[in-house]
Amino acid sequence: MTTPLIDARSLHVAYPQRGFRRQPIEIVHGVDFQIDAGETLGIVGESGSGKTTIGRAILGLAPVSGGSITFEGRDISHASGAQRRALAKDIQVVFQDPYSSLNPAMTIGRTLAEPLMVQGWDKAKATARVLELLDRVGLPKNAAARLPREFSGGQRQRVAIARALAPGPRLIICDEPVSGLDLSTQATVLDLFIEIQRDTGVAYMFISHDLAVIRHISHRVGVVFRGDIVEQGTCAEVTNNPQNPYTQRLLLAAPVANPQAQRARRLERQRLREEHENIYGGLAKLAERGIAKAVAHPR
Amino acid sequence: MLLYLGRRMIAGLVLFIVSSLITFLLLSMSFDNIIATRLGPGATPEQIADMAARLGMDRPVLIQYLDWLGGLFRGDMGTSFFTGADVMSQLPQRISVTLSVVLPALTLSAIVAVLLGVWAASRGGWVDKVCQGFSLIGNLIPNLLVAIGLVMLFAIELGWLPATGFVPMEQDFGGWLRSITIPVITIFIGGAANIANQVRGTMIDELRKDYIRTLRTRGVSPRAILLKHALRNAAGPAVTVLGLTFITMFGGALIIEQVFALHGFGTFAFTAATSGDYTVMLGVMSVGIGLTVGMNLLVDIVNGWLNPKARVY
Amino acid sequence: MATDEARKSVLHRLLRDPQAVITASILLATIALGLLANVLPQHGPNDVVFGNVNLPTGSPGYPFGANQLGQDIFARVLHSINTAWVSALIGASVALVVGTTFGLIGGYFTRLRSGVEWVFTVVMTLPGILLLILLMPLTGGDFRATMLIYGFLMSPGVYRIVRNQTIGVSKELYVDAAKVSGVTHTRILFRHILSVVRGPIIIATSFLTGTAIGVQAGLAFLGVGSAEIASFGGMISQGFRAINIDPMQFIWPSIFLGLITANIVLFGNALRDALEGSRPKPQKITATQTTEGFSAEVSGPADELAVLQVRDLGIAYKSPAGVLNEVVRGVNLTIRQGETIGLVGESGSGKTQTAFGILGVLPLEAKVTRGSVRIEGNECLGAPEPVLRALRGNTIAYVPQEPMSNLDPVYTIGSQLVEGIRAADGCTKPEARERAIELLGRVGIPNPQRVFKSYPHEISGGMAQRVLIAGAVASRPKILIADEPTTALDVTVQAEILDLLRELQEEMNMAIIMVTHNFGVVADICDRIAVMKQGQIVETGQIEELFANPSHEYTKMLLDSILDEDTIRTDPPVRQGANQ
Repeated sequence: MTTPLIDARSLHVAYPQRGFRRQPIEIVHGVDFQIDAGETLGIVGESGSGKTTIGRAILGLAPVSGGSITFEGRDISHASGAQRRALAKDIQVVFQDPYSSLNPAMTIGRTLAEPLMVQGWDKAKATARVLELLDRVGLPKNAAARLPREFSGGQRQRVAIARALAPGPRLIICDEPVSGLDLSTQATVLDLFIEIQRDTGVAYMFISHDLAVIRHISHRVGVVFRGDIVEQGTCAEVTNNPQNPYTQRLLLAAPVANPQAQRARRLERQRLREEHENIYGGLAKLAERGIAKAVAHPR
Repeated sequence: MLLYLGRRMIAGLVLFIVSSLITFLLLSMSFDNIIATRLGPGATPEQIADMAARLGMDRPVLIQYLDWLGGLFRGDMGTSFFTGADVMSQLPQRISVTLSVVLPALTLSAIVAVLLGVWAASRGGWVDKVCQGFSLIGNLIPNLLVAIGLVMLFAIELGWLPATGFVPMEQDFGGWLRSITIPVITIFIGGAANIANQVRGTMIDELRKDYIRTLRTRGVSPRAILLKHALRNAAGPAVTVLGLTFITMFGGALIIEQVFALHGFGTFAFTAATSGDYTVMLGVMSVGIGLTVGMNLLVDIVNGWLNPKARVY
Repeated sequence: MATDEARKSVLHRLLRDPQAVITASILLATIALGLLANVLPQHGPNDVVFGNVNLPTGSPGYPFGANQLGQDIFARVLHSINTAWVSALIGASVALVVGTTFGLIGGYFTRLRSGVEWVFTVVMTLPGILLLILLMPLTGGDFRATMLIYGFLMSPGVYRIVRNQTIGVSKELYVDAAKVSGVTHTRILFRHILSVVRGPIIIATSFLTGTAIGVQAGLAFLGVGSAEIASFGGMISQGFRAINIDPMQFIWPSIFLGLITANIVLFGNALRDALEGSRPKPQKITATQTTEGFSAEVSGPADELAVLQVRDLGIAYKSPAGVLNEVVRGVNLTIRQGETIGLVGESGSGKTQTAFGILGVLPLEAKVTRGSVRIEGNECLGAPEPVLRALRGNTIAYVPQEPMSNLDPVYTIGSQLVEGIRAADGCTKPEARERAIELLGRVGIPNPQRVFKSYPHEISGGMAQRVLIAGAVASRPKILIADEPTTALDVTVQAEILDLLRELQEEMNMAIIMVTHNFGVVADICDRIAVMKQGQIVETGQIEELFANPSHEYTKMLLDSILDEDTIRTDPPVRQGANQ
């Protein structure tokens, strides 16, 4: 057995609260997952589910309160500043919002060179690498001298991808990298991600709320619900034949761009909901009766 | 809400103690100077030490501070170093002179500024030009020059109003009104300029928000949107500025008092500081800090009432 | 430097602004005069010549005359300029250094924030100018020491600005990206944060210098400090006392003091305009503006059955150069009772502008250039606000995209609903209240009574969207315009909201315009679809027809871009380097 690139075991993330004697708020309640070299682990879930926090924990941007994350066998759950700097070579990130993820006052060239400078590249080598990166993500060479505001959302996201690629990482955490983009741009950026993976063998943790995107890019998928991974498996298993009721609901809730198919899906979803309501409604009634009994016949 | 109030008040008290301690420490660094000044140029070090001992000024500063603070809580600020008069009993009269200039100026500023700011933000046109011009002019010229300019115009050139002096309200209401008119106008110009600018800015920000548009689509009248929704939301920052303006006005009244020969709180402080009357100085300091802390507390409470989100902390 | 270009453009704008150029020149001229204080006048500032007491302005050797002590007013004015600028320098730089340093620390390092915050709260309670007076025995009234202390007293202002800006910038993802890249905290603070925070700091500094000069003059006027040191305040005080002898003794220092402070403020304003762009414009609540000479023009046939007919609608915004740019260019849209039409397009296609144009709630900067909007046959373009107001809520209603920002944060959900209901049909308060609670139940809110009393920040986004829908349908409108009503929501919530809209539509027989970029949403709820591109509708049709056979190139391209649900990634992971 080979060591996975990332191995998270019983990972908990909790944010300490401001103020005296307040309990920290736990966002992630003990999740296990592995990412192998060269593969894409899709993480799908809704807002507030903790999917972004899992990614941020790997990046050292969220506090690990329990369990562990190892990178190639080394524990990085509580990596120090210096260790993080060393890890920066191997683990990189692409964020959702292409407007907020580039410093508006820095030229594209400087933005791309920054991670290289940190790794101690000299200026000439870094400049050459920047041009190579721009080419890699399909941007013109003269982009290096320009400011982010001169680019569209899709182009900015290409810059963000180039920045992540700069030090030649083994893993890129992609946090909803195509959600802010227009439909026509989304597809081309996704294809770029796949192409780069095939060329360089980089692994992705691809976080998204959009199942169609997840299916498009993932080898394996984990479904996050309220801070837990409720279902995990190959992309085909999870998205074609989900076992967990939440995954089933998630799949049926996503509207499909085909009127007939969507009508069928909607009816299926409504049927499932009614079933669910019947079960839970029945349970609730039973519970009510139980309570009524307990009130009527206190022990 | 009660919990919120209680917590704010305790925080205010702690703040007062820390702040007054710092000021006390700063003042205590000049105690020797003060005694030397008191005794005159020929004083020997022995005489100074002797006097310090008599006044308890040779004790550790912290003890002196606690002693003073204890007195303060009992309502005793000691007696004047020079006149022997009770400090506490002198303060209300001095404060009332300053307040009778500052409070009308603040009220007038608030009314004019809110009207002007709201009107400018929601109408534009010439009202907005007046508002912007007014806030520019109010900031352009130092208070001192405005004060002197007004005196020269109304008192010396036109002779409409008295140039200096203060008439107590209970003595002669008309005279009181005439005596405070120029100082009030002076303070008002600077204060209203700042508040109007602030109100204009926050009102514009509010009026650009999404919920304003949604209210419009429900058929809510522009007047209700403006006065009930936008103004209430903009009121928070305005109240904060109003509080700060009050503090600045009260502290800055010193210069105005000097120009108009009003024997108010600032003059009291100034006389004490130049003569080294340290008990009075400490009294003045506690009033200054107390007023600031109290004003901040009031602003917090009003903001908590205005905005349900602010009540959380 | 990273921001060379940005800086260049600010400098460029400043140089082209006459206000900035003139005020800066005047300020520089005063500084130059001050530097020549020991060269230009023929006397020292403290030289007392008894024979020259109260010399008038223009006397030989005394261009500004002499004061009651026979001192050269010209010399004293020039030395006062130095005093003023030194005060400004000390006061502003202390405030700047202290405020900026701690603002950066308090804003960036969240753990240290509350501590730093506390310290500055304490500083803010120190009684300002009073403290400067009280510390006279300590400072001896020396203006430099006084200004040093005053700098500390002014620092909370700078601190607040820097802290707030830093907190804002720290949340930006590029800071996170820099952290991930291993950039050190110091480097992040200097390269990423300071460069963004710099603008507000510069503006604040320019105003601080003015305040410092004003305060120093005030203190000197009171007589704080040595008479040996020439200063405006002292000269004004002296001149004021001699006002009956020669007003010029008082006027000269006043002119220079006024000149310096006024120009600092004016320069500060110009600087602010250059750094922050134009200042916000007043927002009048009024019907949509039209271009000059506009009259609603109907082209094409009227559809008798339409509840809403939009013909040739044009909406334009003024470019910075003053030219009107149309963002909506001749939109035609007809909708009948009970019908749902999807207005689909990518960002910037003009779909939301069209929706606002129909509702008549476009921003003040927008201008309607042409066309007609008829709601049940009534022309809305060019109609005054009261006429439109009568239609809104009753006939036409709106559901926004972002639920939270569309509720007034300071009023309860209930009072906002009641207000809307009463505005639309003038019923009594108890009636409106009853209806609001009923509506909250109707839109699927489990505990309507409690939500009625809640504030917006106490409920979830999905819940807030239900509240907004309840508000929109409260008076049973004929037309509902929903602008991306589910975009901000999770898919499971989205499905429920779409179900709700569908039910309400059946119940009330509303026409719905669904503005969206999501073809899944269109497939789910719409009967017809209109595809928008660059301000124009390029294609309309029944959904089955259009999804199956799009005719316009753009529609085809969009439909092709939709990620096919059935394709799953099949290529295996690249295993290179997996086993090193």
